[in-house]
This record gives sequence, C-alpha cells and structure tokens, in this order.
Amino acid sequence: MKHDNAYTGQEFKVIGTRVKRPDGIDKVTGRARYGADASLPGQLVGRILRSPHAHARIKSIDTSKAEALPGVKAVVTAADMPVPEGLPADLAHMLENSMARERALYDGHAVAAVAAIDARTARKALGLIDVDYEPLPHVTDVDAAMQPDAPVIHDWLYTSGVDPKPEKPSNVSQRTEFGLGDLDQGFAEADVVIERSFRTEATHQGYIEPHACLANVRPDGSGELWVTTQGPFVYRNVCAQMLGMDIAKLKVTSSEIGGGFGGKTHVWAEPVALALSRKANRPVKLVMTRDEVFRASGPTSSTSMDIKLGATRDGTLVAARAEMRYGSGAFPGIWGMLSCMTSFACYEIANCKAIGYDVVLNRPKVAAYRAPSAPMAAFGVESAMDELAAATGMDPVEFRLKNASREGGQSHYGPVWGPIGIRATLEAVRDHPHMQAPLGPNQGRGMACGFWFNIGGQTCCDLNIGVDGTVTLTVGTVDVGGSRASLGLIAAEELGIPYEQVQVNIADTGSLGHNDMTEGSRGTFSSGMAAIFAARNAVAVLRERAAKMWDIPVDEVTWEDGQAKATGSEHGNLPPLTLADIAAKSPKTGGPIAGHNEVVADGAGVSFASHICDIEVDPETGATKVLRYTVVQDAGKAIHPDYVEGQFQGGAAQGIGWALNEEYIYGEDGRLQNPGFLDYRMPVCSDLPFIDTKILEIPNPGHPYGVRGVGETSIVPPLAAIGNALSNAVGVRMHHVPMSPPRILKALREHARTGPEKAA
Amino acid sequence: MSGVLVTTTINGDAVQFACPEEETLLDALRDRVGLLGVKEGCGTGDCGACSITLDGRLVCSCLVLGAEADGREIGTVEGLSENGQLHPLQENFISHAALQCGICTPGFLVAAKSLLDRNPDPSETEIRYALAGNLCRCTGYDKIVRAVQSAAKQIREQAAQSA
Repeated sequence: MKHDNAYTGQEFKVIGTRVKRPDGIDKVTGRARYGADASLPGQLVGRILRSPHAHARIKSIDTSKAEALPGVKAVVTAADMPVPEGLPADLAHMLENSMARERALYDGHAVAAVAAIDARTARKALGLIDVDYEPLPHVTDVDAAMQPDAPVIHDWLYTSGVDPKPEKPSNVSQRTEFGLGDLDQGFAEADVVIERSFRTEATHQGYIEPHACLANVRPDGSGELWVTTQGPFVYRNVCAQMLGMDIAKLKVTSSEIGGGFGGKTHVWAEPVALALSRKANRPVKLVMTRDEVFRASGPTSSTSMDIKLGATRDGTLVAARAEMRYGSGAFPGIWGMLSCMTSFACYEIANCKAIGYDVVLNRPKVAAYRAPSAPMAAFGVESAMDELAAATGMDPVEFRLKNASREGGQSHYGPVWGPIGIRATLEAVRDHPHMQAPLGPNQGRGMACGFWFNIGGQTCCDLNIGVDGTVTLTVGTVDVGGSRASLGLIAAEELGIPYEQVQVNIADTGSLGHNDMTEGSRGTFSSGMAAIFAARNAVAVLRERAAKMWDIPVDEVTWEDGQAKATGSEHGNLPPLTLADIAAKSPKTGGPIAGHNEVVADGAGVSFASHICDIEVDPETGATKVLRYTVVQDAGKAIHPDYVEGQFQGGAAQGIGWALNEEYIYGEDGRLQNPGFLDYRMPVCSDLPFIDTKILEIPNPGHPYGVRGVGETSIVPPLAAIGNALSNAVGVRMHHVPMSPPRILKALREHARTGPEKAA
Repeated sequence: MSGVLVTTTINGDAVQFACPEEETLLDALRDRVGLLGVKEGCGTGDCGACSITLDGRLVCSCLVLGAEADGREIGTVEGLSENGQLHPLQENFISHAALQCGICTPGFLVAAKSLLDRNPDPSETEIRYALAGNLCRCTGYDKIVRAVQSAAKQIREQAAQSA
C-alpha cells in the first residue's frame, strides 16, 4: 500500500502524553544489558595496543613473545586485517583507523591486539609485543597543518573542490563553498562591518558507556556481534565488508546503548574484535577503557575561522562571509562542508559566502557529535551577530528577528524554506520572563540561535498483532533516549488502542530489513513514519478480517477508536469488533495479522532553536557559573514531551560543557594530555541550574503528525549564548572556546590593562 | 593463578567469591558475582557509574579491590527494590524521565539513596553536590534532581503516615 507522508493536522488522543517508557524498569534495577553485559561460553578478553607516538613509521612488530605466553589465544595486527579488494575509500580509512598499517597516525592509534583467557594475561601479553617505531614529524593544529611547510600526513591526499587541481598533496582534503549574491557589492552597501577570528578546541561526545562488544566468528565464516551502537545494520555492513564476510552471515545485535551522540555511528574496535575472534576461533569480548575512548574514538573537529558580517544602519544584514577550517583527524572528513551549510541558515542574507576546509591532523579520526560542525560555526557567527547588533544600536533579539530566515526564502545552502521556526523561537525568547529577570554584579545575559537539518533515510518496521490483541512493534532504529516510548505512542494512536497494549522492540539485523542509523535526529521521525504506515497496513488487514467475520464487503467496514465498525443501513446494527475480538479469531480467518513498512523517510523538517542564558563570572578566578538557562526550540510535534525536553536539556548541558571547560589538550609531542574524566571536565550536577524548556510546535509538512527531529539542535546555540553573556557580564569578548577560567582571567587582565576594545 | 577468597554480604545475602589480588571490586561484582547493574564508565573514580555502598558508605567500586570487601557489607542497585516493590527513587526516575540512555542510572540511584538515608529533606543544592560525583551526559541533570526531590518528598510522607 502506498502511503502519503503529508501532514494532516489530525487531532490526537495519546500523542503528546507523558507515558512511562517500556525499558524503564530494567534500567532502574540494573537489569538492562549494555555493550559490556553479554557473555558467551568460552569467551576471551580482547585488548588493544596503541601507539604512544603522534606520527610514526611502524618498522616492525614482533608478536612472538606475546603469542608464546600461556593463555594467549590470538594476536592480530594489520596483517590479519588486510584491505579487501574494491573496498570503498571511506571504509578503507575506517579499517586503517581500526588498525594501523605502515604508520601510526595519532597518539592512541591501534597497532596490535590480543585475545587471552583473562584480563591479566591479556594485559601482560600487550607488554610483550615489540613495536619498532620511527617517529615522524607531526601536526595537531588545524592552522599549522595548512601551512606550506607543514608535515604532509598523506602523500595521496590532494585537495578536492579547487580548480585547477593542486600539483602537490597537502593536509587539506576538501574545500567547499556555499552562498548567494555578490559579496563585494554586499559589503559595499554595509555601513557597519564586524570582522573577527575564532577558535574552538576539540571535544568528545563523552558518552558514559565506553565502546564494548562481544564478537563471535565461526570457522564457516558466519558470525555475530553484540555491540553498543547507534546502527546495527550499518555496523553489520561495514564490518562484513572490512573483513570480507557475507553481509547476511554476520548478525549484529545492538545492546542497550549507554549514550552515543554520534560517536557510536562509527566502528572503532569492533572490526578488531571480529578479527581476534576469527583468528582464535573463540568468542572475544572487547571493552575499551576510558583512556582509549578519549585517545582513539570520535572527538569533534578543532576549528579556526574568520567571520565577517556587514549591516546597513537600519539593521539589515546585507553581507556575510565565513572561512572555516575544520580538523578531521587522521583521515578526510566532511566537517568543514557541514559548517558551511549550517553557518548562515538562521538568517536571510542577500550576499553571503561560506567557505569550508577539511584538514587532516595527527589526531583521532573525527566522528559526528550532535549537530556535527554546527556549534562551532554558530559560535563565530552568533558572537559576531551580537557585536553587529550593538554596532547598529539594536537589541540582539530584535536584530536577529529583523534578519531571520522566513518561509519561502532562499537558504544559502540550497533549499527554499518551508514553514520554519526561527522567528517563532526568537519571538518566544523576546517575550520570555527570563529576559526581564534582574541581574547582579559580574552577571550577564546572552542569547544565540542555532540550526540543524535533521534527516530521514532508510527505515522499516514490523507491527504484529498477538491473538490476545496486544501489539508488538519491531523497529530497527536504536533507542538512544526514549524513542521506544514515542514509537509505542504512535502505534497506539494509529490503531486507536491504549499505549499499554503496545510493546516496542529493537530488532537485530537478522530480524528486520535494513535501517539507517539513529543519527541526524531521525529515530522518532523516520521509525515513527514507518510505524504509522505499518499500522495503517495492519488496519487494512483488520478491516478485511472483520468483513470476513461479518460476511460483508470490506468497503463497508471502517476502523475507528480501535474497533471495526460496519457501515451502511444494512449492517449498522452489528456490534463493533475490537482489535482483540478480531485477533482472537485470526487463526481461522487467515492467520497472523501484521503490518509492515519499508520506506525512505523523506520530508525531514529543519529545526531551529534560540537559547537564553545568565552567567556570573568570578573576577578572581575567571570561573563562570551558569545561573539560569532557557531553551526554546521547534519540535514540529512533541510525541512524548518529557523526552523532547530531555533532548533540549541534554544538548544544552553538552553545549555548556563545550563552552566553558571541555577541550582536548595536546602537548608539543602531539600526545593527548587529558584522556580521562578528571582532566577532561564535563559538567556535573552542581555545575548546572535547572534548564527551562519551551517546546514550540510548527508542524513539519513532510510528516503525517508534523514531527521534526529534536535531538541535535539544542547543542548549537550554547557556545555563543555563553560568549555573549560573558561579554555582557564583564565586557570581554571571548574568541576562543572553551572559555575556561585561565582564558577568561587572561582576557579580564588584558581588558583591565588596555580597555574594552582588546579581545581575548 | 594466585587469588583470594572473599566472604562478604551483598544486598543482605552472604556471598563468597574468589578473585585475583589486583582485581577491582567492580570487576569482581560484575564478572564473579554477576551483578551487572554495577557499571564501568571510567575505571578511575571520576564518573560514579560503579557507585555502591560499602558498610553503608558510598564508594566507587572501581577504586576498591575485590579483596578489600572481605567481611564487609555491600549494597548495589540490585538491592534497591524490596518485596517486589520498586524503591521510590526508582519509581520517580521512571515517572520523571530522569534517564535517557540509563547507563549512569544505577550509580545515581545508589548515590541518591545514600543521600536520602543521611538527609531525608535535602535542598536542591545539597542534592546537586551529593550527586556531583556521578556523571550523566544525556539529561543535563534537570530531571534527575526533580526525581530525587519528588522521591524524597514521597519517602517523608510515607514515613509520616507510618509514624
């Protein structure tokens, strides 16, 4: 059956209620099983040896002593994980990232691995592997890596997106450009121009559960993988291709996931665990330590950028230019490109150009982190927007409202805007009581806006009706933050039954067709759409069965409030049949009743947010405390408001951590100096206030219920909102994130010495 | 393999296990006793996911050796619900949506119970500082603090009724 994804404006019965999540009890009793919580008979302990060098040639690896240690069952190196012929370049990079080939490309790059009977033996075996390194020149700074004299990390890397093609390799993998109009003309029209440079340091997604998996490869070439992942189907495809296995013969089961935020969209140690299991012919459990998570799994880009904005005296934004340089770690990425596409999305700017560079560095391979690339670009643009508002004498909210993108307008990165929420979020901020609350000494208020695309993608689900009338909805998108509750609500709404009558399961790769990852804020959007369509297919079957039970034509049966009703004067007196009535008879009316749907969930709706924050700076220490925080965001439709609020609050908290403290700190030797939660300081409970939320619902025309994604946008505004608040509190404009106590103290001292014009 | 035999009480039950001398109590509880509700987030005492009580005192089990548990009383998340009833903290974590991914939840529950055992009527600030040793990356702590406040109130009301 063909289904329409258009928004219908229907009235809801259970959508929007705050029901209990189905996985709650297991998670509060310790019964939920995460990546490290599975076991198999005869399993071994896997461990990985990692490079202590930022960049080094691996002259030789001698594993003989480790192999000879009693209890060691397998040792693998790159020789055991060759690049299969025809492997696409991006997968070849992932494979090389999982296990170094002739060179170690960053501190923490895997060079060998062992599987042994216990942790003690595995640890000992790692110490017996002899790697002969020849250190090479390294570069970990994004600007330094673009200099002509920088060490070139890959001799095969030529910048794409430039004409003519470069004659020499460099660390710049890609140049991208998006924009509109005539930049020179735009700046010529401008009465006021603000031009600033910004830097942001790399952060980590910081999920509390380290990467963990249990690999079981059999001698016949089949295998299974239990793993904490945002996408078991993608992990299956990627790992099978890397290891030369048949996709159908590798079954991947996603465990409960202890946080991902983009970092579990990418394989790290999983191919290694499979290679160890294949070589040892035993199951292998491999759990990364926190040190390994920091050194060798997906941080964000570190960035450097130049932002130039111009406005006329009446406050019209007439020109904007951004040049943004994004590190992608040891392999090429798309992060500079994403920065271009998100940078100016909030505003209607007749003449603008966003240029992005992706730059390889001797750092771990960058992975997505919640609205990847957008927070850094927003830090630059939204900081400059505040300065430009001040220069034109306008209130920062009114200035943004005057220039906000609008429905029917042309975005700078391509699409023409449909119904969008940027103006509504700004109006809600303007009218929010938070904006009128009094402030004390050393306190300041700031606001900023943010944008994220949201995506749809390949999705399928099964909806099966039991003989007792209860419903099992099986989806293939991993539940990272409560989506099972939302999807249960959707199935209940569509069938007209109570939420409690629906059980939602997450499928393994052997039980359902391909689903893309839970990423891009697509989980509830796309699996929700598939669930609606599957339920409608099931309703069609229910109507057929009711017609059969009544012995009337199916056209004369409708489905209302969870019941089949006979229509027409002839049958109107037949009592309705409930879903349970029809299900009970199903063995004799044609067998199991189910609805299925496979769809590419098109029509994802973009998302905008505006945040307000109050901070206080301690002038003695430079420490900043967030006093009050308000998130306003367009959800399209909040299926389960608790978990929408939770996404808003969690994203804001991550953004606050990024703004104030979190950063990867590299030494001169190119080694990461703070690979642990003590020195990489994420916000704790006593660092934060309650985070107020306001959910706006501007329906997405591309979803039957109007749903937009809600997971990512809330991390975009905080960096700039806090920078703007700091500027208002103590008169210093910070241009370097994180705005940590030492940086703020330095800026305050500079400010005291030279006056407000000098910036940090 | 050398090792030690440890006799201990876990969630009120007498338990014996053997473990290598260098093994943490966290690993022993997970791998020898099967209490997988105790989670490892860092192994260095910075995240609180492995929080347990040892003779009534809140500790990170990754910073205690299994051997040190000999003769001691251990409390874990698995011991929170009694007589088939969820503890009010557990109930309120669910009803307040105080968990998203849930990996930090066992540690938060053990830490929050430890707080409420000592201080049945904590202020918001006292809750925030008592839970500052537990990292959560999903929630921004907002709904966790509200859940603890609500559970504390419920426990106080129950105590007043039964008094």
